[in-house]
Amino acid sequence: MTDAAPRRAAPAISMKPQRRRSRANAVQTRAAWALVIPFLLVFAAFLIVPLGYAAYLSMFTSKLVGGHVFSGLTNYSQALHDPNFWAGLRRVALFLVIQVPIMLGASIFFALALDSGRVRGGNAVRLLMFLPYAIPGVVATLMWGYLYGTNFGLITQIFQHLGLTAPNLLSSGNILGSTMNIVCWEFVGYNMIVLYAALRSIPAEIYEAAEVDGAGQWRIALSIKLPALRPAILLSVIFSIIGSFQLFNEPNLLFNISPNTVGTAFTPNLYAYNLAFRNQETNYAAAIAFLLGLVIVIVSSVVQTVTNRKERRA
Amino acid sequence: MTAIHQAVADPSAMNGHETTAPKPHRTKEREKRRSWLLTVGIWVTLIYFVVPLLWLAVSSTKDNGDLFTTFGLGPGHSFQFFHNVAQLFSFQDGIYSRWLINTLIYSLGGALGATLLATMCGYALAKYKFRGSRVVFNAILVSIMVPLTALAIPTYLLFAATNLTDSPWAVILPSLVSPFGVYLMRVYAADAVDDSLLEAARIDGAGEFRIFTTIVLRLLGPGIVTVLLFQLVATWNNYFLPLIMLNNPNLFPVTVGLAQWQSTAAAGGGAQVLFSTVLTGSFVSVIPLMIAFVFLQRYWRSGLATGGVKG
Repeated sequence: MTDAAPRRAAPAISMKPQRRRSRANAVQTRAAWALVIPFLLVFAAFLIVPLGYAAYLSMFTSKLVGGHVFSGLTNYSQALHDPNFWAGLRRVALFLVIQVPIMLGASIFFALALDSGRVRGGNAVRLLMFLPYAIPGVVATLMWGYLYGTNFGLITQIFQHLGLTAPNLLSSGNILGSTMNIVCWEFVGYNMIVLYAALRSIPAEIYEAAEVDGAGQWRIALSIKLPALRPAILLSVIFSIIGSFQLFNEPNLLFNISPNTVGTAFTPNLYAYNLAFRNQETNYAAAIAFLLGLVIVIVSSVVQTVTNRKERRA
Repeated sequence: MTAIHQAVADPSAMNGHETTAPKPHRTKEREKRRSWLLTVGIWVTLIYFVVPLLWLAVSSTKDNGDLFTTFGLGPGHSFQFFHNVAQLFSFQDGIYSRWLINTLIYSLGGALGATLLATMCGYALAKYKFRGSRVVFNAILVSIMVPLTALAIPTYLLFAATNLTDSPWAVILPSLVSPFGVYLMRVYAADAVDDSLLEAARIDGAGEFRIFTTIVLRLLGPGIVTVLLFQLVATWNNYFLPLIMLNNPNLFPVTVGLAQWQSTAAAGGGAQVLFSTVLTGSFVSVIPLMIAFVFLQRYWRSGLATGGVKG
């Protein structure tokens, strides 16, 4: 098929006069726009316009007397001096720095182990490890919340069986770690599958050549597999950054279990939510949501630039 | 955005679809070399991934008393699963089955619509040369970075201003936008649809619309399945958007409904009977997804290799 088609196509094109060519181009351009425009419409309506509207709202302040008043960047300067916003941002930054390396490290290890073909029952392992991704974040948090709990929590029960005092996993000192664990549990398997898929697409010839050259399994993992995983790992990092900064479901549900340790400003997103829906401070919430988006875009771009520069130097 | 371009440019990350499936790199001889240490180690860590789900399954067979008094992974004094399920579906006039149906409608509606739009757009960006296509693609790439939940509050504010909240549309319409789906389809279509095939069909007199519906859609099959599954999971698991958009409990998806029951149960006050209902409800709601995952796993793998990316 691929052989026959160009041979048929080539003479037909060269025989066409210029005018017919340009008419054909016009037809194709029209077709292209017809295919692109439906997406662009929803894209504009549910992405561009909401962002624009939020930017507009964030420039106003609602006052008891006088209603909505234009206030320029006041909301933003208030946010930059808001200890709640900064505390939330610091918390998600800490989350990012600790949880993401652990999660991705585990995913890389499992992907390499399963790809090496040295694990008995590898298919079953892959499936069982991937299964938590099928569980909605709400259900996962609910479940882990009970597992952590002092009432009938499994972890407490096991500690008691062993005659030990169980740690309070929902205390204010432990709650961030407990949240990290839930997110790890949900996403290690997912990242593992993505990396595993990337490993499987490395051509066989490379391994054969490496083995002929006398490279051992560790050497192959370090010199061939990890470099080949680079683009996939980088994208996992970017998506993990986005995910960490907008952390909401887990802390919001843990709040129900232990309101005092989580509080209303545990993460910036939770803070924006509580501002908008508990305090009715819509304008200020819009500013916080906007700032958060800005922080995410900046951090992801910096990570990309740094890794790309390193790559170019290497 | 350079990382995304880089992934596109790197053939090892994206040649996973079925037509150019990579050769399996395992020879038979290699298959035999098992490592016992690694096998045992990996199966032991698997406990971590499986035990919470096992606990959930076991808990759904217990009544409230046994939940507090018996060991979490051991059986209760009596097998209460069917009683719990009956309780679950009759609690608050059987609102739970409504939530299940709502979840199904929201996720199917959102995912099918988003996949169709992303497929059309991604194919056009990959296969037609037209003025403005670069601008469109770059705008879409940048928007992948826009955090969805940070977008949710602005979307809510807009919908509230136009009185669109508290209706199914408030949940379905925003989930039609999938810039990542467009990106994935563009990468996939660039490889899977042969230019000379399109040219041949044009010479045979096929219109652009017919080419798309009869030839292109078939070639894009595996990519479409990936985007569809990705969107299904995203909307099925969605919590934040329906939480802020909906007030009427009859419109809740399962996630929001369960969270509300759980907060009532945690608040206590004689509502302790709810614990077993919440746990059974959680368990029942994840069964369909777990079954779907077991069967659809291989599509995920081939599709995810396309972008070499995480959703």
